[in-house]
Amino acid sequence: MYVAVKGGERAIENAHAWLAEERRGNTDVAELSIAQIREQLSLAVNRVMAEGSLYDPDLAALAIKQARGDLIEAIFLIRAYRTTLPRFGASEPVDTGIMACDRRISATFKDLPGGQVLGPTFDYTHRLLDFKLAADGEVPKAPSRDAETGTVPHVTAFLNREGLIEEAPHDDTPPPDLTREPLEMPADRALRLQALTRADEGFTLGLAYSTQRGYGRNHAFVGELRIGSVPVEMDIPELGFAVEIGEVTLTECETVNQFTGSKTELPQFTRGYGLVFGQTERKAISMALVDRALRWEELGEDNVGAPAQDAEFVLYHADNIQATGFLEHIKLPHYVDFQSELELVRKLRREAGAQQVQEAAE
Amino acid sequence: MTEYNFAYLDEQTKRMIRRAILKGLAIPGYQVPFASREMPMPYGWGTGGVQVSAAVLTPKDMFKVIDQGADDTTNAVSIRTFFQRTAGVATTTATSDATVIQTRHRIPEEPLHEGQILVYQVPIPEPLRFLEPRESETRKMHSLEEYGLMHVKLYEDISRHGHIATSYAYPVKVEGRYVMDPSPIPKFDNPKLGDMAAIQLFGAGREQRIYALPPYTQVVSLDFEDHPFEASKADHPCGMCGATDSYLDELIIDDAGGRMFVCSDTDYCEARQTAGHKGKDAA
Amino acid sequence: MQANTLSGGFTDPATQSAHAFRSVMEAMARPGAIQDIHGAAPPAPLSPAMGAVLLTLCDTQTPVYLAGDMDCQAVRAWLAFHTGAPLVGPAHCMFAVGKWDALAPLAVYPIGTSEYPDRSATLIVECSELAASGATLTGPGIKETATLSLPELDAFQANRTLFPLGLDFIFTCGERLAALPRSTEVTRSSSEAITQVGAS
Repeated sequence: MYVAVKGGERAIENAHAWLAEERRGNTDVAELSIAQIREQLSLAVNRVMAEGSLYDPDLAALAIKQARGDLIEAIFLIRAYRTTLPRFGASEPVDTGIMACDRRISATFKDLPGGQVLGPTFDYTHRLLDFKLAADGEVPKAPSRDAETGTVPHVTAFLNREGLIEEAPHDDTPPPDLTREPLEMPADRALRLQALTRADEGFTLGLAYSTQRGYGRNHAFVGELRIGSVPVEMDIPELGFAVEIGEVTLTECETVNQFTGSKTELPQFTRGYGLVFGQTERKAISMALVDRALRWEELGEDNVGAPAQDAEFVLYHADNIQATGFLEHIKLPHYVDFQSELELVRKLRREAGAQQVQEAAE
Repeated sequence: MTEYNFAYLDEQTKRMIRRAILKGLAIPGYQVPFASREMPMPYGWGTGGVQVSAAVLTPKDMFKVIDQGADDTTNAVSIRTFFQRTAGVATTTATSDATVIQTRHRIPEEPLHEGQILVYQVPIPEPLRFLEPRESETRKMHSLEEYGLMHVKLYEDISRHGHIATSYAYPVKVEGRYVMDPSPIPKFDNPKLGDMAAIQLFGAGREQRIYALPPYTQVVSLDFEDHPFEASKADHPCGMCGATDSYLDELIIDDAGGRMFVCSDTDYCEARQTAGHKGKDAA
Repeated sequence: MQANTLSGGFTDPATQSAHAFRSVMEAMARPGAIQDIHGAAPPAPLSPAMGAVLLTLCDTQTPVYLAGDMDCQAVRAWLAFHTGAPLVGPAHCMFAVGKWDALAPLAVYPIGTSEYPDRSATLIVECSELAASGATLTGPGIKETATLSLPELDAFQANRTLFPLGLDFIFTCGERLAALPRSTEVTRSSSEAITQVGAS
């Protein structure tokens, strides 16, 4: 005799309890603190802030701890929290020209005002496991010098002075808000950039890489990559002027791309742009390449059918929270739809079988 | 964490969803874009239905959640608990007692009555999506009432298989105008969509769409004169309650190919058993 | 600022707006069915029902047009304080508020586009009377037929021909409301001549 399966509620409670235990791991090992994650896994924290669209290192660190290090799960926690926060207003646009740069490199000019600053990069490390870290992670203090003061001019501004690169005219149009309005096509560049800055790093990287290999190639040079902190100002109506409310670390990448031009129009380089929360340079460079690829129409280029040129494809599939949710939902029960398919397939097989028998008999 | 608002969503978000619901009711079958919020459950797990329920629930409601027709499937339990916690609503498993029913993949067997609201969780709201992946194109097709592609697809099925090979999420035409995806309900449930006394609301969170069927709306499953629509189910009675008119789940009961069929609507089945009906596999 | 600018809103917005919305939704889902709606005490000439509809649906995202004598200091101040809705002309509004005559002509309101028919105005019409008699209504949401005291017929018949584009209407009176979406067919009742109610 059959007894129906029951007890979904208990099963869920027990699963949660087990999950909490697994998250903690062996209790003989000291528990991770939020500060340890924030300070020592800072690139993970940065990715969670960037794709979670919330600049708060402590919350990002908490999310990473809670998610057992699953960064997409941590991003999800941050997104779900962010959406409940009240909005007090919008900041003034940040000025990356006054960034206090930790890192600033140009691949297009050997030297330039503001200098090349390598900063804390993995670039020239030899990827050899450092077994010393397994025993003792303490490190000697790195050499330092006084920070340069003043603004750091953008490389693209030098090119712009000679008219060698397309203008990027100042525009005060309020940008659309991806988190408050449904995504609609065609999406303007502001909306595309907004979607890309919170897009999944892996997806963006793959698309950017595909443009380099010829799927919508746009010959990108890293005109400049800079990482550092910028002040955030907000206009306070009661005061009548903007005040600094904090600082954020950003990574900005400007690419100098394939030139346009004709007999009547002088040739000019074009631009791609990436701006991402935190030290996230793989993402910022990828973003700039994909941004450039998506601009084919406004630059009068051919659509060669490359995935990175297809705004609808890129924007509808770049969000890892949407993607992972829908992907993982197929593990939910589908008894009912499957049953209906099962009935249909059985019926079709029955009829086809009967026909074959009849044909054989004839 | 601090306390959340009644039914979790903030008031501004609820107003936005409510406006979309009203436009959806005014244009039956048309998918209204809405600024879906990130919910504390994954996209694809009912975020659209949850947002619609949050926008319509009042503290006086009696709430029921089913997944695959059952009240006790884990995701139904999880969504019911979410609203118990955030809206303090009373919950029930009895279809007739519920004022708001959130569902995934089924319409209850018991006919719904006036004053009830059926909220569907929708994964892909666009019925033309699998024929044309581009939103910009499908939007144009709806605006021009250009549904030829859908008929071609259904007809290709017939020429290949002798039947329309769509058994769930079977497309319907609403009031002779919009072709609509009824969510992945089995086509057995399609005839219940039209002329229903309850309000039907459809929420697709990830795809950011809300659509609606007011009560007593004309809903026709697409078909052809020589291949009329047929609502089908497994040709068995329920093993537990003996019902012959309900949609059935198929269970595998041993590793020798033994199977039994049971109502997918658990409330319907239990009520029948309580009333003394008994199937051949009942204890 | 007048005292009644600050008062007359929902005292418990989350639950009162939830109840009020259910009334509006039931009305829109069942054209012609008259619903009760409570919770608001707006300044005249807004009725309590009109006030509750505005509190439930309007905010800084919804441009509102105030027609005729609704466009007065008391209403402007109350709406601004409780909803923050920007005031605009009829061509750009999402909601229009007024008595029937003041709302005319209807041709100026947005009726949506063929790709986005939802981008159309909802007209909230303050009526001196609201009764289940008068014009005959048929269409989605109506089992067989319904009757509703409409201010006229032609405008609603013309609006129906625009479907799926068109305007949607909410009629308010005291603490009651009814609705007429664009999908509803309106005909003259065979039994009685239509009374010109609401057209003050």
